[in-house]
Amino acid sequence: MTDVQVRTTTTLEVGGMGHSVKRKEDPRFIRGKGEYIDDLNLPGQLWMDIVRSPYAHAKILGIDASEALKIPGVLAVVTGADLEKAGLHWMPTLAGDKQMVLPTHTVMYQAQEVAAVVATDRYIAADGVAAVLVDYEPLPVIVDPKKALEPGAQVLRPDRGPEKANNHIWHWESGDRAAADAALAKADVRVAEDIYIPRIHVASIETCGCIADWDAVNGHLTLHMTSQAPHAIRTVLALVSGLPEHKIRVKTHDIGGGFGGKVPVYPGYVLAVVASLTTGKPVKWIEDRSENLQADSFARDYHIHAELGATKEGRITSLKVKTIADHGYTDAAADPSKFPAGLFNVITGSYDFPDAFVEVDGVYTNKPPGGVAYRCSFRVTEAVHAIERMVDILAHEIGKDPAQLRMENFIQPEQFPYKTPTGWEYDSGNYPVALRKAMDMIGYEDLRREQAEKRARGELMGIGISSFTEIVGAGPSHTFDILGIKMFDSCEIRVHPTGKVMARIGVQTQGQGHETTFAQIIAEELGFPVADIAIEYGDTDTAPYGLGTYASRSTPVAGAATAIAARKIRDKARLLAAHLLEANPDDLEWGSGAFSVKGSPDKKKTIQEIAFAAYTNHPQGMEAGLEAVDYYDPPNLTFPFGSYICVVDIDRGTGQVKVRRFVAVDDCGNIINPMIVDGQIHGGLTMGFAPALYEEIAYDELGNNLNGTFMDYLLPTAVETPAWETGKTITPSPHHPIGAKGVGESATVGAPPAIANAVVDALWHLGVRNIDIPMTPQKVWRILNEKGVAL
Amino acid sequence: MIPPRFDYARPASLDEALQLLASREGEAKVLAGGFSLLPLMKYRLAQPGLLVDIGRVAGLDAIEEVDGELRIGARATHGAIAGHPLVAARYPLIREAAGGIGDPQIRNWGTIGGSCAHADPASDWPAVIQALRGSFVCRSLGRERVVAARGFFLDVFTTGIEPTEVLTQVRVPRPGPRSGGAYVKLERRTGDFATVGVAAQVQLGADGRIAEVGLGLTAVADAPFAAGDAEDALRGALPTAEKFREAGLAAARQARPTEDRHGPVDYKLTMVRVMTERALRLATERAQANG
Amino acid sequence: MSTIHVSVTVNGERREADVEPRLLLVHLLRDTFGLTGTHIGCDSSNCGACTVHVDGMSAKSCTMLAVQVDGREVRTIEGMADGAALHPLQQAFWDQHGLQCGFCTPGMIMQAAWLLEQNAAPSEGEIREGIAGNLCRCTGYVNIVKAIQQAADTLRAVDAPAEPATAG
Repeated sequence: MTDVQVRTTTTLEVGGMGHSVKRKEDPRFIRGKGEYIDDLNLPGQLWMDIVRSPYAHAKILGIDASEALKIPGVLAVVTGADLEKAGLHWMPTLAGDKQMVLPTHTVMYQAQEVAAVVATDRYIAADGVAAVLVDYEPLPVIVDPKKALEPGAQVLRPDRGPEKANNHIWHWESGDRAAADAALAKADVRVAEDIYIPRIHVASIETCGCIADWDAVNGHLTLHMTSQAPHAIRTVLALVSGLPEHKIRVKTHDIGGGFGGKVPVYPGYVLAVVASLTTGKPVKWIEDRSENLQADSFARDYHIHAELGATKEGRITSLKVKTIADHGYTDAAADPSKFPAGLFNVITGSYDFPDAFVEVDGVYTNKPPGGVAYRCSFRVTEAVHAIERMVDILAHEIGKDPAQLRMENFIQPEQFPYKTPTGWEYDSGNYPVALRKAMDMIGYEDLRREQAEKRARGELMGIGISSFTEIVGAGPSHTFDILGIKMFDSCEIRVHPTGKVMARIGVQTQGQGHETTFAQIIAEELGFPVADIAIEYGDTDTAPYGLGTYASRSTPVAGAATAIAARKIRDKARLLAAHLLEANPDDLEWGSGAFSVKGSPDKKKTIQEIAFAAYTNHPQGMEAGLEAVDYYDPPNLTFPFGSYICVVDIDRGTGQVKVRRFVAVDDCGNIINPMIVDGQIHGGLTMGFAPALYEEIAYDELGNNLNGTFMDYLLPTAVETPAWETGKTITPSPHHPIGAKGVGESATVGAPPAIANAVVDALWHLGVRNIDIPMTPQKVWRILNEKGVAL
Repeated sequence: MIPPRFDYARPASLDEALQLLASREGEAKVLAGGFSLLPLMKYRLAQPGLLVDIGRVAGLDAIEEVDGELRIGARATHGAIAGHPLVAARYPLIREAAGGIGDPQIRNWGTIGGSCAHADPASDWPAVIQALRGSFVCRSLGRERVVAARGFFLDVFTTGIEPTEVLTQVRVPRPGPRSGGAYVKLERRTGDFATVGVAAQVQLGADGRIAEVGLGLTAVADAPFAAGDAEDALRGALPTAEKFREAGLAAARQARPTEDRHGPVDYKLTMVRVMTERALRLATERAQANG
Repeated sequence: MSTIHVSVTVNGERREADVEPRLLLVHLLRDTFGLTGTHIGCDSSNCGACTVHVDGMSAKSCTMLAVQVDGREVRTIEGMADGAALHPLQQAFWDQHGLQCGFCTPGMIMQAAWLLEQNAAPSEGEIREGIAGNLCRCTGYVNIVKAIQQAADTLRAVDAPAEPATAG
């Protein structure tokens, strides 16, 4: 990375903050010794596979399992009617809606679960699925949320009762409508645009799966599963099943990527539990890729109308946004309960202006549940895409360089903490420095000259900027909960007598490297070498309760809990050291993993010596042991930011967009591990690049998913993925114990508008104002053709 | 994704394979590399009763020049073809096409014969072999016939091969001096099936005019085809941008694409023209350099 | 159910099993032989998580039948390290942070190993083309490319110990 100096206070051997410590989890992965869910098999285990609907909306007239049950090894076929007897055919979603486990009468989207086949073997279960005959009567399908809102549209969810005889789920708004209207009316310049952000799918390379293991003798259920939030799953399971929560153990193993897709409770998990309860044996369910792409929860699907007002010089004065959110047939989003549209009202972005109003309406359609993340904090990508597109449109509209317009509208460093017109308090930031750095890295002014020369020759080259502000680390308990559970997170640290450390955290890694970075936080705070610190997570029997890993909340929340728990240990260590050194605690100073007497550096006790004393020589009146727990309730969210600049060339013959260069300058506050931070940014950028140019889950008018395999859902390969160029600025969070902000998702949030802005920048002179992502060759060619510049 | 049950046989000789195909006519399929057939079986879109694995039949993977033509054993993999010195030296069109099929692992195992016999409407080889005016050797019990590639590809997944036949060899005439070939493929992403693929083989005369030309197109009809009208337009003409455009338009008139995730019909027709122009330009440059 | 006896040399060790003809190689390795380092990420031979070597050629084991490898040699990620000593590619993926969730990693390493056997000094472009059949969702490929470059340097140094080291 092109770099700022990352501060370190420990040696590389200790490996505290700022060191690029090699990952502690890697030795097992590089040897093929990771343990992912499908690597685990239990004695006596059965297999479950799922019959799915070919129709997006249909009545189930009958299910005939007789042929399936004739197959040797097929043990049971579970249908909605079976579940209904136990009241298990519906389950609550994390958003407070409800979702079918299996339908009793009507299927609501293509690939919805219709029946579960339990068999002795993976292959036989698949044969059983093929042999189950389901008689459907197709019903009219609604795929367009705008049509779903029209008067007289068929009501997709009659179960909500006669008082909700429409497809409108909720209305949510933020800001001051009257003030925004007034400011817009007074604006010299108004730009408005419709921006659609399509459905996309996280498509982690590992799909979802579980093994449900019911122990009838002890009345105990263990659910081994792919979950980003095991504790929340345990609580939901207890509420749904009626099993006592202390008799439920949710255990994750290694997880092959999450990105938000492993937060929800899918019917498959519940069906495996039912199958295990029924058979008394462990039951394994592993999704295949088509099931994953067709039936798991989706992200985005936001129809945004935005209007920006400004002075004629380009000073932004106001923003108004109206959005329709397609949630599919149920609202199964994993947003905090007071935020049905997530943190979408961070849409005022990095800019200082007084008036804004945002409203969102959630709508049902015949699609699988939408509204989970795709590597982004609750709806922040949608917000950033809209504001960064609108700012670019404004710049082009008034003929001002988009970088210059951003510089003139940025919230300035001295304005922090900054209160936004929609109510957020940004903790810190330095936006001009990040943008200037990105411009210098990429050679912005030279690129503009090159662009002018190329345009004169008829070549299409574009430069796009995105100067985003993220909002992560949910969140303060006064505002943030999911199903009533506050969004704190936790860490428990135990120091063993020989100076080795075990820490357990309430968050769950899916590749972020928690076993390394959380050890580094403890190493920083207590001076134990990273090699002596083990981090555990993902077992609800042992780890402290936490809401899990998503929305870039691990470091902001559980990372803070870890630092605070370590500091509690250090406080006790001070008392122990004072006892050992026969000194007053206040006369001791901490440094390099030891307490020493002020002015007498030779009189010191190392943390290892102190740990031993905690079990062998603690003072009378003090509890033995050296351990601490912290449940951290963040005082505010954190606000990572960055500026990205992208250069594209467009093939006038085919409409293909090539990203020639991409510079990303990120600021995530203090950095725990620069190597891991860069890795997170590389991955995040690629998951921003992907929906900008390739990925989309589209439906035809019958509700058929057109991208249900990796042959049509196009994850970028190494060939087209740009060689990312990264840089940093460091603006520590003032309220976070270690000044960190979270970084896993910044790049996914920030990258798409940079690419979209670059493509539009290449075409603005032809009269192009907006192109919705993904900017596929066929879509871009259509525009080139309309504008008469296609070859 | 689990394939349905089937019987499996791994004959040691071609005759044994042909006997198996004859005895289970209609329900037996030949398994070569498997990279075309097995995905269809996993999705249960193909359910053969018997797979005849010719993976161990000797003598089906040779690559050699005989009587002025290149003979490629049906079981030669895309990768082996792309890396073969003979191909590299004299058949740049074949090398270019072979090196761009699928991805490296698919090229390691996917075979030219399997790909041609499978006849996916978006596969690369059928366009290339037609552009080169090649032919296929088909064997059944006691009979061997050589079938021209042009006319062999009939429909989606349908060729002139009989259920009791095995495609054993692909033959391509050796190009002479002042010839050049190019395969250009428009993909949505690396490794994707083509949106449009165009194979061009240009033979220039001593006067610099196009003496002969072959144009094969894939992914824009129910079966890959040779663009005969475009070839007619080019034959005898000077290789100019205008002429290439005229040929591209002629090729587009012959194409019958359908709308799918790669794009609507008008886009695909335009891409036929654009990619045909590019293939011709590249092939001509190579022919000019091959004086 | 009719089964076929297969005998396969896996990581240098002869393994036998009676299998259904339809058993996929990846399931033979994972479920029958317990070698779970080879992963399944898609159904359509796109993702490459299941990449192993069959007779020295990299292959997607989800698109190959167990019966097809009867009598052949298979190498998986579990066969890469020599006891405690990591293969240079394993070491390089660790050193260069070439993995995050680790799920694509075994397939990526196996494909890279095949690539380096074909081309001992690949350019960045050749490396990217060489792993075009292996999808990674976490790393953005940057550090995977670096890791393969590091391993290429290491392997060349091993093969030609007389040459001065050029790694920087």
